[in-house]
Formats: sequence, structure tokens, C-alpha cells
Amino acid sequence: MSDITYLEAGRRAVIEEMQRDERVWALGEDLGRGGVFGQYKGLAEIFGPARIADTPISEACIMGAAVGAAMTGTRPIVEMRFSDFALCAIDELVNQAAKARYMFGGQMRVPMVVREPVGMWRSSAAQHSQSLESWYTHIPGLVVVAPSTPADNLGLLKSAIRNDDPVVYLEHKDLWGFTGPVPEGDHLTPLGEAEIVREGDAVTIVTWSAMRHVCARAAEKLAVEGIAVELIDLRTLWPWDRERVFASVEKTGRLLVVHEAVTVSGFGAEIAASVAEALHHRLKAPVRRLGAPRIPIAYAPPLEDKARVSQDSITDAVRSLIGYAPAS
Amino acid sequence: MGQGADMGADMGGNLDRERFTAMLDTMWRIRAFEEAAVRSLDEKLVLGAIHPSIGQEAVAVGVCCNMEREDLLLSTHRGHGHTLAKGADALAMMRELFGRAGGTCGGKGGSMHIADFEVGMLGANGVVGANIPIAAGAAHALKLRGEKRIVVCIFGDGAINRGPFLEGLNWAKVFDLPVLFVCEDNNFSATTHTAAMTAGPGAAARAESLGLPAQTIDGNDAVAVDEAARAAIAALHAGEGPRLLHCKTYRMTGHTAVDPAGYRDAAEVERWRAADPILRLAETLRVAGVSDERIADAKAKAYAEMDEIYASARDTAWPDVSHAYTDVQDLGDPRERPFS
Repeated sequence: MSDITYLEAGRRAVIEEMQRDERVWALGEDLGRGGVFGQYKGLAEIFGPARIADTPISEACIMGAAVGAAMTGTRPIVEMRFSDFALCAIDELVNQAAKARYMFGGQMRVPMVVREPVGMWRSSAAQHSQSLESWYTHIPGLVVVAPSTPADNLGLLKSAIRNDDPVVYLEHKDLWGFTGPVPEGDHLTPLGEAEIVREGDAVTIVTWSAMRHVCARAAEKLAVEGIAVELIDLRTLWPWDRERVFASVEKTGRLLVVHEAVTVSGFGAEIAASVAEALHHRLKAPVRRLGAPRIPIAYAPPLEDKARVSQDSITDAVRSLIGYAPAS
Repeated sequence: MGQGADMGADMGGNLDRERFTAMLDTMWRIRAFEEAAVRSLDEKLVLGAIHPSIGQEAVAVGVCCNMEREDLLLSTHRGHGHTLAKGADALAMMRELFGRAGGTCGGKGGSMHIADFEVGMLGANGVVGANIPIAAGAAHALKLRGEKRIVVCIFGDGAINRGPFLEGLNWAKVFDLPVLFVCEDNNFSATTHTAAMTAGPGAAARAESLGLPAQTIDGNDAVAVDEAARAAIAALHAGEGPRLLHCKTYRMTGHTAVDPAGYRDAAEVERWRAADPILRLAETLRVAGVSDERIADAKAKAYAEMDEIYASARDTAWPDVSHAYTDVQDLGDPRERPFS
């Protein structure tokens, strides 16, 4: 074990997989200079400009070219710079990458990873801050991953690169500098497997990406009050780890889903509905969700904060679940 | 228009009769295939929309006869001709149009999503212009892998007004990729005259503005298409970079098989009917000394083949319903799973 940043973990994943498999290459804007956040720093020197390809600001063509390249014997890593910009390439991802295997009757696979940095970070405002994971979980054919720690950014990105279907890989910009322990060697985190961050029997919190860390702090605080939260980091949103979530809710009887994205039609709705359908007889309180109000993300910090799920709102929600008494 | 037959007559003595007779065979096969597909609508065998390329066969055949089997082709929603010309099996294609087992894509794609990777046909596409970046990427992969193969991307005149046209051509030039862009200009963007929707002089000028050599040719003249495509593909193999071929042709049907196309001028349609690419090539071959019998045979055999294929596809079973859930993706179960 050694401590590295979330950003360095992603960089290491790319290096290890490009060394392991010569079919892997990366394409995106400014990659030769290390990428906009430095995730590709030094890679062009190691692998050359053909495999660390600088591209025009042509998101549709970056994504579409990756589809064609994935069909033609290579395994591209697509860098979208900001997840918001990936909206310029949504046809290429949703209509082409996600559907080719199925609509062509399984003649081929589209092995590509689409890295899309998400989330609120340094007053980036409405077009550089979004969390749109639920758009992708809705699309058959896509795998959706949202790592929250350096170890997972290493292990999940490596697994994503080895996956034979298109993976939307959502790294959180506010975590680039987050430091944590990472195992030595060929560290793979399985896709589709949640992590139990903390065990408890009072309330299950399901979360992912940067909100994991806010939830962990909230759980610490609640522990002091004697409330034992079971915290689950989903890590992969499609396919999501129903077994682990359901087993936890069976134990606790209470569920809070927390995500940074807008609550309305957020992926939390899918989890809440699934638990309500399957486990309603076990629930001691209604399922709750915490996410952003349905507003674009503002620039000024006091306004931006209105889109943020705070630690206090999490602790309040947990307490309300504990204190819930059905009307008689 | 109308000059192709004369040109063919002029060069009749030098014409490669075997090559062009084979092209005539393929053009008739495309025509017969599509007419059978259109006819099948009466029996409700083709289920969704189909977009015939009747009248445009010279582009498909003239381009594809210059490709090797392992070369890669990207096509459009109007792609039956391209797919047949690239060597896909006609019965499997008709089964696909009918949504049957044994279809090119197992009945999962239909007319707009035919692909046959065995013959290098990487897919028709239901989205106009979406094949252009994919073609650039396929060529990019070939270059990365150091392969000798080339890519051809055929799209319509409507596609040049979409962003991916600009992005894809720019990309191909920037990375110096072995891809031939073919604008199969049939005059219509769905049911609107493309000319009314397009600023400037069009496909070739736009390509040239990005540094891609471009050539505009009579797309109803199979001999001219063949010659231009052969030269363009030779240039790709010589490492001279991407280029564009603008083939002017005409869509003899509506946008879809059920579109009566009342928005067209009758005189215009008649003018183009007189320039039918198949009849023009047949005349060229006749002048070049190919027997009337052989020329008639090309048509008769094609229609006989497609009649047989039609009947065979009609008698094929539906796909097993379990296939609805296969080839979605490796991870996750696409079905609802009750908690147990």
C-alpha cells in the first residue's frame, strides 16, 4: 500500500493497461500536454503521440471515431474533458456505441471507455459542473462507473478498460487531489460490486462518487450520537449491486439515497423504487432521497451551495428516518 | 446527364467488358432486391421503413467494385445497394428486412441497421451523417495498427449539413487517414430539395476547403464512378490522404417506399428516368460488343434470384424470443429481476 491521489490513480491505470495491451490508446483534447487536469501527464512521452492522441475540439468526432476504432480491433479511451461536453457527442454514445452490438446482432463489440469528469468544482457554473449519470444508466448497452477513492479509480478504470462493452466512466473533479491508499500490483476492482464503507444496523445510506465522503463524515457524527449507519458506495451504477443494497436494507429497514445530481429523475429514484418494490414489507420508514434541487448550478458560491447536499442535510435526514413514527 | 452512354460508346473499344458486365449483374441484383423489398410491403413482410436506392445503383457498384473484401465500408439508411455490392448475402439481407432468423443481424436491426462484418460492411446507419466519424475512427484504427486496408464512407447530400461531416472530414485530414468519402447526391434531404437547404457550392467545395481533394462526377454513369473510385482508392493506398467523391445521381422513389414523392417535378423525374444508370451501362456494353442475350440475362437472372430469395425469406421463422435479451452487454441482467 502507498498513498497516491485519485488523479494519479487514474493515470496509473491508463499506464498499466496501455503497457499490458497494445490495442489500448487514448484520444481527446490536449492529451499530449497531459490533459486538462493532468490525468495524462507524461503519457505522450511514454507511449508516443499516436497512442496518446491530441484531437481537435470535435467531441462528436472523438466519440464517433472511438466507436469506429473500437469496431476495428482497438480499445480506445475517450477523454471528454468535462462530462458536460459529452453532450455534444450524445448521438455517438447513445445511438452508436451503446447499440451497435445489439442492433448488428452481436457481430462485434464496442470496447471503449469514455472518461467524463463530473461534479461541482471551483465555481465552474452551469456548463462545467453537472452530474448526469442517470442519463447513462437509462441506456441499454452502457456500463456506468463512478469511483470515489484512489484505490477504486485505479481498480475500476483498469476493469473498465478490460471490459468489452462501452463504459461511461465518471470521475469527480473535486476528488482529483484526494489522497488515499492504493494496493501494489495489478489491482482490479470488479465492475458491478458495491463497497460497504461502514457497517451499521440503523439506517442504510447508498451513495457514490464525491458524496461518499460527505456521507462518511455524516456517519461519523451520527455514530457519536449512537446511530449506526451502514454506508454503501455503489461504485458501479450499471449494473448496480442490488444484492448488497437489498441485504443491507433488510437488516436496517431504512434507506437514504444521497447523490450530487438533481433529485428529480436522478439514479436515486431507481434505487428507491427498486427497494420499495422488493422490500416494502421490511421498511420501518419511507425511503428518502437527497440530491440537488432542480436548478442549474450557479457560479457564486452562496448560490452554488444551494445545489449541494450538505453534511447537515444528511444527518437530519437520517435522524428523521430513525424518528419516523407511522401515523396511527 | 445523358452523356454517359455517349462516353461509353466512345470508349467502347477499350471497355473491360467482363468487369462491366459483372457490374451490370450487380446493379440488376440491387434493383431486383429493392423492388422485391418494396413489393413485400403489400404482404407486410418488410415491417418498418425502408429507403430504396432505386436509380442510384451506379454509385454503389462503381465504388464497391474497387474495394477488397477486407476493406471497410460505412453506409446509410439507404444502404441496401452498398451492402449487396460489398458482397453481403442477399438472402440474409432479405431475412433481415423481414425481421427473420438468419437475417444479417439476426433480425435485430432491420433495413436501417444492416451490417455484415464478414465482408467489411460496418453498418448502415439510421442517423444521417453519423457514419462519418465512425469511418474516420475505423481508418484511424487501421493506421494505428499499420494495416494496408482502406475505408469508404458513403453518405447522402443531406449529411453535408450536419456537424459530423465537418468534424469527420477535418479529422481524417488532420490524421491523414486512408478514407474515401463518397457523397451520394440524390438531390433530396428526406422530402426536401437539398439545394434549397444548402449554402454555397456543396460537398466538393466543402471538402476542398479542408484540403481534401474532391471530384464531382456523373453518379449515374457506372463507368465514370468506377474510374473515379479506382483512382481515389489507389491514391489512398499510395498514402495520399483522404479525399471525397461527389456523385450526382437521383432518387427515383420517395424518401421511404411509401412516400409518393409528390413534391417532385414530373419533368425532372422523367429526365432522370431517361438517364437510368442500369440502362445506360447496358447500352454502353451493347455498343462495346456484349451480346443482347448476355445483357438480357443479367436482368433475368437477377429477378429470378430475388424472387427465390423473397420466397425463402418469407418462409423463414422469426428469431427465438430469447434473443431479445442477448448481446445487450456482458454485465448486468437486462430483464426485471424480482427480489428473492
